[in-house]
Amino acid sequence: MKPPPFSHHAPRDLGEALEVLAGAGPRGKVLAGGQSLIPMLNMRLAAPEHVIDINRLEELDTVEAGPDGVTVGALARHARVARAGVHPLLGQALRLVAHPVIRNRGTVVGSLVHADPAAELPAALAVLGGSVRLARAGAAPRDVAAAEFFTGPMESALRPGELAVSARFPALPPRTGTAFTEVSRRHGDYALAGVCAVVTLDDDLRVASARLACIGVGPVPLVVDLGADWKRAADAVRERAEPDGDVHATAAYRLHLAGVLARRAVEQAVERAIGRAAREAAA
Amino acid sequence: MSTRLFGEAVPRREDPRLLTGQGRYLDDLGPGALAAAFVRSPHAHARIRDIDVSAALDVEGLVAVYTWEDLPERVGRPLPLLIPHPALTHGRTARPLARDVVRHVGEPVVMVVAADRYLAEDACALIEVDYEVLEPVAGLEEAARGARLVHDDVPGNVGAHLVQEVPSAAGRSAGEAIDAAPHTLSFRLDIERSASMPLEGRGVYARWDGADLRVYSSTQTSTSVRMAVAAALELPLPRVEVIAPDVGGGFGVKIVHPWPEELLVPWAAMLLGREVKWAEDRREHFVAAAHERGQVHRVRVGFDDDGRVLGLDVSILHDHGAYTPYGIIVPIVTSTQLLGPYKIGAYRVEFTAVYTNTVQVTPYRGAGRPQGVFCMERTMDKIARHLGKDRTEVRAANLIQPDEFPYDQGMTFQDGRPLVYDSGDYPEMLRLVKELIGWDSFERAPGRGIGIGCYVEGTGVGPYEGGHVQITSDGRVHVSTGLTSQGQGHETVFAQIAATELGVPIERVSVVTGDTRRFGYAVGTFASRAAVMSGNAIALACAEVRRKALRVAAAALEADPADLTVTDGLVHVVGAPSASIPLGTVAVLANPLRYAFDEETARATQFAGVAAPDRPPVAPGEEPGLEGRGYYSPIRSTFAAGMHAAVVETDPETAEIKIVRYAVVHDCGRLINPMIVEGQIHGGVAQGIGGALYERMAYDADGQLLNASFMDFLMPYATEIPAVETGHLETPSPLNPLGIKGAGEAGVIPVSAVIASAVEDAEGVNIDRMPLSPSDLFHLREGA
Repeated sequence: MKPPPFSHHAPRDLGEALEVLAGAGPRGKVLAGGQSLIPMLNMRLAAPEHVIDINRLEELDTVEAGPDGVTVGALARHARVARAGVHPLLGQALRLVAHPVIRNRGTVVGSLVHADPAAELPAALAVLGGSVRLARAGAAPRDVAAAEFFTGPMESALRPGELAVSARFPALPPRTGTAFTEVSRRHGDYALAGVCAVVTLDDDLRVASARLACIGVGPVPLVVDLGADWKRAADAVRERAEPDGDVHATAAYRLHLAGVLARRAVEQAVERAIGRAAREAAA
Repeated sequence: MSTRLFGEAVPRREDPRLLTGQGRYLDDLGPGALAAAFVRSPHAHARIRDIDVSAALDVEGLVAVYTWEDLPERVGRPLPLLIPHPALTHGRTARPLARDVVRHVGEPVVMVVAADRYLAEDACALIEVDYEVLEPVAGLEEAARGARLVHDDVPGNVGAHLVQEVPSAAGRSAGEAIDAAPHTLSFRLDIERSASMPLEGRGVYARWDGADLRVYSSTQTSTSVRMAVAAALELPLPRVEVIAPDVGGGFGVKIVHPWPEELLVPWAAMLLGREVKWAEDRREHFVAAAHERGQVHRVRVGFDDDGRVLGLDVSILHDHGAYTPYGIIVPIVTSTQLLGPYKIGAYRVEFTAVYTNTVQVTPYRGAGRPQGVFCMERTMDKIARHLGKDRTEVRAANLIQPDEFPYDQGMTFQDGRPLVYDSGDYPEMLRLVKELIGWDSFERAPGRGIGIGCYVEGTGVGPYEGGHVQITSDGRVHVSTGLTSQGQGHETVFAQIAATELGVPIERVSVVTGDTRRFGYAVGTFASRAAVMSGNAIALACAEVRRKALRVAAAALEADPADLTVTDGLVHVVGAPSASIPLGTVAVLANPLRYAFDEETARATQFAGVAAPDRPPVAPGEEPGLEGRGYYSPIRSTFAAGMHAAVVETDPETAEIKIVRYAVVHDCGRLINPMIVEGQIHGGVAQGIGGALYERMAYDADGQLLNASFMDFLMPYATEIPAVETGHLETPSPLNPLGIKGAGEAGVIPVSAVIASAVEDAEGVNIDRMPLSPSDLFHLREGA
């Protein structure tokens, strides 16, 4: 379990990084936290000729919270983003990402680009309708909405020569609650299935909109818009999810589980929305 | 004997070293050594047509590439079958490198030696092996059908078949007893594969200086590796030394020897005249070491209205993987230890060990016992359910009583000796575990259940171990034993024994294990035997040293040896501590010198006036120095026992299983160090929970292992293990001087049985197959 030979590049600023990346094209791979890439290299599942190490790009180690949402730079580690406490759903998702040691190294944007269908952060981005900013040498950066960004298992809209420089998680509207529920075999493992929910109440504290994203039940996060019909969460998910069976669980169990978790996530989000609405009304 | 240290919870003396990164594991040694890597079969079953190494030759730093054809006859022949047995009629072992047919994914085909492991793996990737892919034999039952063969010359894939029968007191066979019983049940029970999976994989590092070979191996038996290496490489035994450095866990897999790499790495080091090292990586360990546990059991039982078993018939299908280097120890242990703490009217057990195109099977902590206990304890639960009785009541009706020891089960154990339990108090143990878990006051609710499992474990298997104890002129005590350590705490418990036996502070005692330079005669560390075997041998060696120390000190103090004792390292007259002589000085006096090397040793030189002029300085029959050697060889194994109970909660929707409480009552005779015993139990329970709820080897129909990584092989984390509540019972073994029994495997043995019992209680569905995942439980509910 040693990687095949590669050239290691350690650019000192974004411009240089994009130049190197452009030169490497499809033969290049970006190294940020390395929590997925390094094992893949060691197992020789990935064999890039060039590894572009962005760990010196301090300009990308950012977490910016504004009224519209949170923008997380490509070098911001999970642990730092979680500590910043800038977005309820992001916090709920990060608590479920692996273990402290991995969260200390791994990056939020790296996880999005890795696009594991059982990972939490892609679902959080998807349910919120966020986006990923992709930069390329000599061109204006482009923002890709989550719905277009995740294209398949471990596949994203990122093109060769592009660097994902940041991700934007939109802020929650008023009277909104969120939740992330999942079942994994061991603490911190990728989930067998998981569901995150965003629920917004109307002025009468009735559910105006409920939106879910499910993980582990399809090639990309499955987003389900329930509208006001939040009590259909379990059925709605079971109608649309198409999980595969594997060594850990059958497809039938995963489908059942996704429904259970959808109901639990929505119920929890509703409860939190009510609580938040009460706090907002008091403020 | 003073019990000041024996029996105390002395903190583990190895921990500061091992927990602060000061351990010296195999891969910490030989930083400049060449690295070996292996091309391993990607197919479960294939014939090698051709091996083309030419592309690899361009790799910079490549030193050598070896295939089977390069090996001398003694190295290239099939590896030893370590434990032959008359019933193992078709035993088969692998060659160190495959000659023509590969029989499991991971079997070594080509060895590459290069400047470092990166380059060695680069070269491996460029070697092309042309395989004719053969149909694999993947599942246990497919193997038993025998339509396709793993070995052409093993009909039906059957390596071994053994029937053992114990008639009832009235002379009835098991079949007759079952047929005549008021109640009968029959059912099938399955246990899937798991593996020892030590955190440190295997590894070998060899140095050849032109005359002497030194081999470091991450092994559980350095003395046996030494003999195997010397024989294969045709070296005189005294020219070969084998050292087990710090070893990061073994759990059985490292008792197997010689591994292909244990012969190939030293052979290459000699051939190249260079240091060569191989450190197994995790992926290799999954596919190229050993697994265990996979068995199917068909049980038929007859019993009376009280739940007393009148006849038991168990038929076992044992998955042996591709080879049988360790013989049929695992199914023999299942067959014999299945009986547990019970008196069974008549017993018949039969096993068929079949080959499959999967990694070979050798003992893993528990070694067949978890399967046997699963059979017996599931049987007890089913009897209770059938009769509508409390599960502990049925067990109590079958227990061997304290006045029935020694109790002869009428079978032959894995050491070839009669299965005779030496001591125990099973009814008291049952009372204690029920009290600890609160069995009688347990409040049952949907999704909440309680379970129990009982076992007896034969420990301290022979043939022997030895110990050497030397006191040097600085008063330090040097203890060595030939068996090896994998982190169990031997440096602590052997020092406790030596300090107690000799009357010296433990700080002055150091312990060396597994180094053939220090002690050449040993068997190894397995079968919960280290404390029993080496512990008693060291105690005997200490007694010899002590006798000599008192003899020498008596002359210096002009006292009778019978009046002397040792306290805090000082020899003195009992009751008169003022006239004393330190053990270090006794060591000086015991070794007449011509040349002094410090003030203390000047006392032993020829003009110091100590020796009587008319007697030889070393009396006839004496030896210079203050040292002793002892060997312990038991007549048979000593039988430890334990009972575990657990409370589980299951989620009605997600089918997740949570262990809420886990209680252990354990009896390993006299405790040397209760903290270390509890640590062993906790670790064992953790591995047992792995086997019960998480771990399996997921082979597909092509014989590919689908989960060969820690991401998908679900070894539990600390977060999955509940707090373990422990109670001890001490019934000393009458078989050895220290009265101790083994404890190393105990924790793991009944866990699958306990969890199955508790989940069944919570869910009301039959749990006949382990491990049990939430997905499995979901489908059991669906089928109910």
